[in-house]
Order: sequence, then C-alpha cells, then structure tokens
Amino acid sequence: MAEMTGAQMVMEALVREGTEHIFGLPGGANLPLYDQLPQFHPKIRHYLVKHEQCAAHAADGYARVSEKVGVCFATSGPGATNLVTGIANAWMDSVPMVCVTGQVISSLIGRDGFQEADITGITIPITKHSYLVLDAAEIPKVMREAFHVASTGRPGPVLVDIPRDILQAKAEFVWPESVELKGYRPPLYPDPEEVGKAAELIAEAKRPVILAGHGVIIAQAYQELRELAEGANIPVITTLLGISSFPGTHPLNLGMPGMHGMYWNNIAIQESDLIIAAGMRFDDRITGRLKDFAPNAKIIHIEIDPAEVGKNVRPTVTLQGDARVCLRELNKRIELIERPDWFERIEGLRRDHPSITIRETPELLPQYVIHKLYEATGGDCYMVTGVGQHQMWAAQYFWYDKPNSFVTSGGLGTMGFEIPAAMGVQAAKPGELVWSICGDGGFQMTLQELATISEYGWPIKFAIINNSTLGMVRQWQTLFYRDNRVATPLRNPDFVKLAEAFGILGLRATRKEEVEPVIRRAMNHDGPVVCEFLVKEDEDCFPMVPAGASLEDTIDLPVYEDERVEMTA
Amino acid sequence: MTRRNNLQKHTIIALVEDRPGVLNRIASKWRQRGFNIESLAVGHSEVRGLSRMTFVVDASTDAEQVVKQVDKLIEVVSIRDVSAESMISREMAMIKVRADKSNRSQIIELVDIFGAEIVDVAPDSVIAEITGEEEKIESFIALLGDFEVIELVRTGRVAMLRGSEVSHPQEEHEEPERYQGVEPPYSAK
Repeated sequence: MAEMTGAQMVMEALVREGTEHIFGLPGGANLPLYDQLPQFHPKIRHYLVKHEQCAAHAADGYARVSEKVGVCFATSGPGATNLVTGIANAWMDSVPMVCVTGQVISSLIGRDGFQEADITGITIPITKHSYLVLDAAEIPKVMREAFHVASTGRPGPVLVDIPRDILQAKAEFVWPESVELKGYRPPLYPDPEEVGKAAELIAEAKRPVILAGHGVIIAQAYQELRELAEGANIPVITTLLGISSFPGTHPLNLGMPGMHGMYWNNIAIQESDLIIAAGMRFDDRITGRLKDFAPNAKIIHIEIDPAEVGKNVRPTVTLQGDARVCLRELNKRIELIERPDWFERIEGLRRDHPSITIRETPELLPQYVIHKLYEATGGDCYMVTGVGQHQMWAAQYFWYDKPNSFVTSGGLGTMGFEIPAAMGVQAAKPGELVWSICGDGGFQMTLQELATISEYGWPIKFAIINNSTLGMVRQWQTLFYRDNRVATPLRNPDFVKLAEAFGILGLRATRKEEVEPVIRRAMNHDGPVVCEFLVKEDEDCFPMVPAGASLEDTIDLPVYEDERVEMTA
Repeated sequence: MTRRNNLQKHTIIALVEDRPGVLNRIASKWRQRGFNIESLAVGHSEVRGLSRMTFVVDASTDAEQVVKQVDKLIEVVSIRDVSAESMISREMAMIKVRADKSNRSQIIELVDIFGAEIVDVAPDSVIAEITGEEEKIESFIALLGDFEVIELVRTGRVAMLRGSEVSHPQEEHEEPERYQGVEPPYSAK
C-alpha cells in the first residue's frame, strides 16, 4: 500500500475498524487529523462538541447502545485532560472506547511544551491500555490493538496519544493480519467442571436469586438470562447497570437491589441460599456492609475479569468467561423446579413493603413525572440519566422491557453525563426516541452541549427534574448531617429561556395536570426539547440502606397517612 | 528464608515486556489498590524483549489480588505467586562499616562466618558484600551493629523455582474452538 501520513493512517484504521461516528474537538496538536476529516466524510462523521469531557461521554453513550467501539478526538494538554472524567466513567462501567489525542511534537515531549500533558501517564489507572506513538509506521498496529483491547474481554477505554509531527510524518500503511499480544488473553469459555458444579447448586437451591449486571448486557446475553430464569424458575434482581438486561415487566423481575433498591430484594438476598451473580462485581452500593452480605448464600459468579473474582465476595463456584457463553453452557444443565415457599416469601415482602408508591400530594412529585414518562412512552425508548435522586427514581419508577435501553453512569457516578451521553445514544440510534432524565444540578455541568444538539438536530427529549437542590446531597445532609443544608440549594436559571437561547424548544410543568401535556408536546415535536418539571424540593429517595449498614437494615419507604396509588408496571 | 516466613510474605515473579512505562504501570496498580510492596528487582530474562521481575508483597496485602490486578496489564505476559513452592531466593547487600587496625580483624572474622566478602578496604572503613536469603542478611547486619555502620544498601529479592521447572513456561496458546453462534461482544464490523 502507498505511503500515507500518520493522520491518514489513523483515519484509514478507523474505517477498517468500522468507525462511523467520532466526537471531538480540534486544537493545535491534532489539526493534521482534522485536516483529513473531509476526505473521509460521510463514511466517518465527526460531531463537534463544546467541551472534550462531552466527547468522551458521547462516545461512551454511543458505545453502550451501538455495541460498537466509541471514538473521540481531543488535542494535547487541556484537550486531553478534559477527557479524563469521561475516560474514568467508561473505565468504571466497562465501556469500549478509543480516545485519540494529539500530543506536542515529539522533540518537545518532556520539556513542558505549550499545551503538553503526560496523558498516557495520567490515564494509566483508568484505561485498559494507553499508547504514545513515536513512529508513524506503528500507527496501524497500534490502532488495531487499541480496538481489539477496548472491545474484547471486559471492555474498556484505550488511549492513543500521537505527537503532531508523527501525524504529519509519512510511512507505509501496513495493516496487521491479526493482533498478537502475549500478555492479553481474556477468558471466554468456562471450565465445564465448574458448570457442572453450578448446575448442581442450582438444583439443590431452595431460595435462589439471580443478580444480573452490566456484563449480561455487554455480552448480549438477554435470551440466555431469560432461559435460565424461566428454565430454572429463579427470580431476577438487576443491578443499576443490569437494568434492561431482563424485561422490566417480566413476572420474575424483582427490580433493583442495594442502597436504593427494593426492600424485598435486599431481604431476599439476605435470606437466599444461592446467588447466581452474572456479569456483576458486588459493588458496595449493592452489598451494603460486606461482612453481613447474604450470610447463608452460596455464590455462583459468572465473570469475565479474573480480578473481580474474590475481590469483594468469595464465590463457591466461578464460571470464568463471557456471560453469554457461560449462561448457554449452564442452561443445558438446568431443570424446572417449583419453589412455592420462596416465591410466597418474596410476594409477602412485596405486599408488606411496597417500596415504590406515589403519594397523593398537592405538590408535584418527581416520581409522578417519571411514572407519567413511562405511561407516555410505554417504556419504548432509550432512557439516559444523570446521577442522583432522579437517577434512582428513573431506575425505580420505569420498567425497561427493551434490551439495553437504560443508559446511566453507574460506577463513577458522573453528574452531567445525561446530556452528552444522550447525544451519543441518539447518534447511534437516529430513528429512535431518546429521553434524558436530568437533575437540575447535573444539567448545568454540561449544558453547553445544547448548542451541539441544536446544531446536529438530534431530537433528544430532556426532562429536568428540578427540585432547586443538589437533591441526593441534600438528602444525606438531612439524614446524616442534622439537615444542615450547606451548598446544596441551587439558584437556577430559567431553563425554558435557556433552551430557547440555544434554539431548542423549552417547556415547563409546575403542576400535576401539566405534566402529561408537556410530555405529549415534547414527543410530538420534531426536534430536541427541554422540559422542566418543577417538583417538590424536599422529596427523599427511598428505600435506602444507610452507607455502611447491612442490607437487613434497609429503610423502606416511610408510611405516610395520605392515600397511596399502587404502582404497577 | 524459612518456610514460615514464606507464608507471611509473598514472592511473586512476573515476566513482562521490556518497554518504556511498564514499571510505571505496575507501580500504578500497586499504589492505586493500596498494595504494600517490600522489594522489587527487575532485569533481562532469557527471552529477548522480556524482563523478569521479582517482587515481595507484605503480609497485610491480598497477594491473590496483586497477581490478578497486575496480570490485567497488557505488557505482563505471565505472573505467578511462588511463595508456596519450592524455590531459591536471594538478596544482596553492601555494608560500609567504620573500621581501623583495632577492629578490622573482628569484622573479617564475621564476614568469613557468613560467607560474605570484603570488597573495599580503606584506612578507616571496609565494605562488606553479602548474598543470601533475607534472614541471613538480616542477622549479618544485626551483628555488624556492634561496629559503626556508615552506609547500607540492599537489593530486592530475586527468586527461582528449584528443579528444571520454568517459572513462566511459554505455553502454546491455543484458540479455543469457536463457540457455535456466539460472537465475542463488540466485534468490530
């Protein structure tokens, strides 16, 4: 193949890896790359963001729903460091991403050049791997490896840092036939003996539960999980990132566990005699106080990352490999077992501890808004959320039947994720309805991207759950810091006018009866919409396990005297 | 080093690619995860392009996590906790001791007992070099405490399995049979 510049090689490699969308922002050090973009358009489309953090989050959201590797571009120095939050977010949630950053010219590296930052070094703890390319001829191999590493095994972000002179240098483009990395062999296939042991445990179990996590979604093992649950008659509890790995309205779906999980789930986990943990890593938000977690349960851990096995919880049996492969193997050995006592017990817990109900109050409640969103969409949309109370309510009061339709920042808990991630989701799913539930705090962390949304005409529907507070932080102040509300009340802008300033339709609902019309209008509108819902300020998010407490100590929804509306899917 | 000591500390051997930044990545894992590393020794291995490192993890650290986390690094080809296995381990130390005519012979006597060596003699000092297991070096240094130790320098531990077994056999990696109907996730198309 002919000689190419380094920049051409990066673009050629992206084409070969099937990249169609890039989110980024140009600068001095990556200009050679941008110079190439017109030649590759429209095969590869570039979306100009307003802040690099959002390029990373957009690539993250894109990757989660497209099942492809997300790609973002940034320049050296501040451009690259602005990516860091987005990279850390993708790292914590195992999202495949390749970040290509420009670097100062190679002779300046290490001399504190203008806009120099050691981004390969900075990102070591938050990437699967990071490359600094010092020879243009290596670019094809590095890019190939970067995509391979990002997308296989437990996915994650990879950073490729290329100095400007290397992007301009010429070399022969040699595309490696295959990737050879001696030290990288992710497990895929479980040990058949362990599968046999797991099947025995399932056959013996009287009170089993399945804990399904993000790994099920990443492996696209929806059908396999369903076969296990239905085939062996085991209730399914989905972690925050596991939501939409199993149909939300399925009778065996019990919802979310953990800190703001359903009361019945936390008690069921504590009383269970077998936990089948599929593609989840026993996060502290799930387990509560670790030493008291599920004291009577044996554990089958289905996990692709060897380092997660035994990190927090010691499993009885480990199926090391891709969740889909593991579940398929396991499903060959299961049998249907009636567990009337166990299901009776869980039903009883659900009856006595409703966990999710919406009170009849004069004020507009946030849960009500989310429930109305569910009614209006029938759950048939992609739901992106930020981080905080609204995120938990979106997990509790919405039922996700569509596989992989819930996009949220789980591990890192990045406020402001909701706007750029929704951009990525909409770019990946052009014809589909995308709702983004936002907090009024998080919305203001990344709202400059409304300009980007306006420019590309992405018809995203934003629902700001505006309680004029950093709500979750305020809840902690109320519960654990004597209600001492320091630095949590927010003096917000007029979100409707703000939307209009970006050329986006702005709508507002302040009373219950306005909620449904606003949602309808937003959905009938042909472009992006920002809906502001002015909700009750002091609403707390329950159930709740106080930090450091055991799951047994879950505080259920407080019982109010006012009339209750039963929530059903 | 005695067996009992083996149970307390962990000796881990890793075969890593000899590339810039590898040590940084490994050290970053230790720091990030709060692993306490007592010593580290790195050098070329018998394979070109690969270095072998030996590191010792203190008793408070979960050695299994150390091995698994470090193994996640792409440049780490192979890693193994050899603590429970039959192995030879060695460290080296150089100790500079204040010495003159009056006490030099006493120091030499001690050096002979330990099978150490005097590698430098000056009118008012000597440098003793000792190689051996950690405990031997410890007790040698302790006994030299009767004299005035001016400077002490020690290497990290290096270790090797006894017998013909290789610490990191270069296993042939066989691609497992393609699982019917299952594509690995995110296959780039």
